[in-house]
Amino acid sequence: MSTTENTFAAAGTSEGGQELLSRSELTAKELLREVGSVLRMSESEAAALGAVEHEAPEDQTMIINMGPQHPSTHGVLRLMLELQGETVLRCKPIIGYLHTGMEKTGEALTYMQGGTNVTRMDYLSPLNNELVFSLAVEKLLGIDGDIPERAVWMRMLLSELNRMSSHLLFLATNGMDIGAVSMMLYGWREREEVLRFFQKVTGLRMNHNFIRPGGLAADLPAGWRDDVLAILENLPSRLEEYDILMTGQPIWRERLQGVGAITAREAMALGCTGPILRSTGVAWDLRRDMPYLRYDDVEFDVIVGQYGDAYDRYAIRFNEIRESMRIVYQILDRMPSGDYRIQNKKVTPPPRARIDESMEALIHHFKIFTEGFKVPEGEVYVGIESPRGEIGCYIVSDGSSNPYRMHMRAPSFVNIQALPHMMRGGLVADAVAVISSVDPVLGEVDR
Amino acid sequence: MSDVVEPVVETVELQHGCPVVNSHGQRVLLVARDKYVAVVKALADEGFDMCVDLTGVDYLNVENRTVGADIVPERFEVVVNLLSLTKRERIRLRVQVPENDATLPSLFDVHPGTEAHERETFDMFGIVFEGHPDPTRILMPEDWDGHPLRKDYEQGNIPVQFKGAHS
Repeated sequence: MSTTENTFAAAGTSEGGQELLSRSELTAKELLREVGSVLRMSESEAAALGAVEHEAPEDQTMIINMGPQHPSTHGVLRLMLELQGETVLRCKPIIGYLHTGMEKTGEALTYMQGGTNVTRMDYLSPLNNELVFSLAVEKLLGIDGDIPERAVWMRMLLSELNRMSSHLLFLATNGMDIGAVSMMLYGWREREEVLRFFQKVTGLRMNHNFIRPGGLAADLPAGWRDDVLAILENLPSRLEEYDILMTGQPIWRERLQGVGAITAREAMALGCTGPILRSTGVAWDLRRDMPYLRYDDVEFDVIVGQYGDAYDRYAIRFNEIRESMRIVYQILDRMPSGDYRIQNKKVTPPPRARIDESMEALIHHFKIFTEGFKVPEGEVYVGIESPRGEIGCYIVSDGSSNPYRMHMRAPSFVNIQALPHMMRGGLVADAVAVISSVDPVLGEVDR
Repeated sequence: MSDVVEPVVETVELQHGCPVVNSHGQRVLLVARDKYVAVVKALADEGFDMCVDLTGVDYLNVENRTVGADIVPERFEVVVNLLSLTKRERIRLRVQVPENDATLPSLFDVHPGTEAHERETFDMFGIVFEGHPDPTRILMPEDWDGHPLRKDYEQGNIPVQFKGAHS
């Protein structure tokens, strides 16, 4: 560094030195607008507090619980709110009500069975959970480059349709929380169209266990193209209706604009990903920035907001439905023919017809479904873009057929840390809008 | 599967004084406990300014484990995943945490987003993060005994009673 730069940087003002600090010198205090947003108080401490006096002084605060059973908490999220009148001062999200030890369960299940476990975490985008788990296992097996093209494109198709169904449900719940109850019914209706397609393909509306290590469980059924086209042709006119119903509507905008704002630096410091990070203006989408599957072969836009408020997050998800439709159209055009799973007798069961004629195939089939397949020692982390942000899977293998450790980096788990910072200084009524705009899925928060 | 055997590389690559290993195409830094925060800070200056994940692993049952050059394997390991949005790159840190002194400095000041992850790791493994603003359990009830993801914590079974079933 030259001397002139040094003297310039050292020149203090009445507000102290004005030079920019490097990232490592920034502490939580500088990264977040207010470190005091989070209420750090245990159950017993809260219980020891007295009741609010009848004629309380104006600056007295009150701690109330919102949830765990509350229609706007999307499951069993509990918020401990510190209120002054109607204003939220601090808040602490309390989670764990749905904790069933799925990471521990994952250690007892084989890689073959693991899909049934992870698919139940984020129950609104089960196929993305299965996808990230399968990608991680395939990487450990060293077969990630050998997955047949059709399987890859089928995975993309299902993943994008799942993003659409998840965002449609967001529109529904967001509408319900803000008071647009008709939107709730419309959103559920549209999502059901997509789920009906999933049922036809996978056999189940949710918790499919369809994307498996090595490929998929089955090929697409006859007539799948028409079903997808029916969804794609149906949606645009309806999305336009919702645009009229909500986006341009003054009450809707009043209710969301400027509510729960967060800055880009805060979002990054808190580890937020997905629509929350993008709403602050950071164009970060793993599909584009760290492409997996064949996302680098399709064209789509990354939707970015500007203000980081609840309205931006709503608008981003709304427009991501349209981008996903764009991707699905391209997938329909380019869906290759071929096998839907890798023909590796150590990983996937042999085709049904082979079992009748080959003793060896029968043995492999039996061994895969009883013992599972062995995965070489190692550890791997894979992250993909789920509708809620980066979903990551960290697997440690000790060479057996069960993962030694299976950890899911759940986007909602990280994203709800932003709640106190978004709510600070807002009204209790806005707290509902803020929770809704983060779109947490408690199944994956608690795992 | 490829049958190519990777040649044994004698020279150990170092980054910030920590050995670097390649794990399935990802850079993994094997960090000593006393350098942990300093390395995370140095990486933050290099552009790895987002911490996406922090978790633990309990290597209780794994014998003769080798981690890397000059690193003594311990029972616990804390795994930190850092992300650089500008370089579009991930880097992973693995820190060994001994059983008899299961503590690690908290990353809260550098990456406030690790607050929930560190609480979870404490809850599940009993690793204490020094300097954490709220070192409480997060998923399990406050009065819970034990740390469920430890390997010596038995997986429990709750007997299910079916209505009207013959017993």
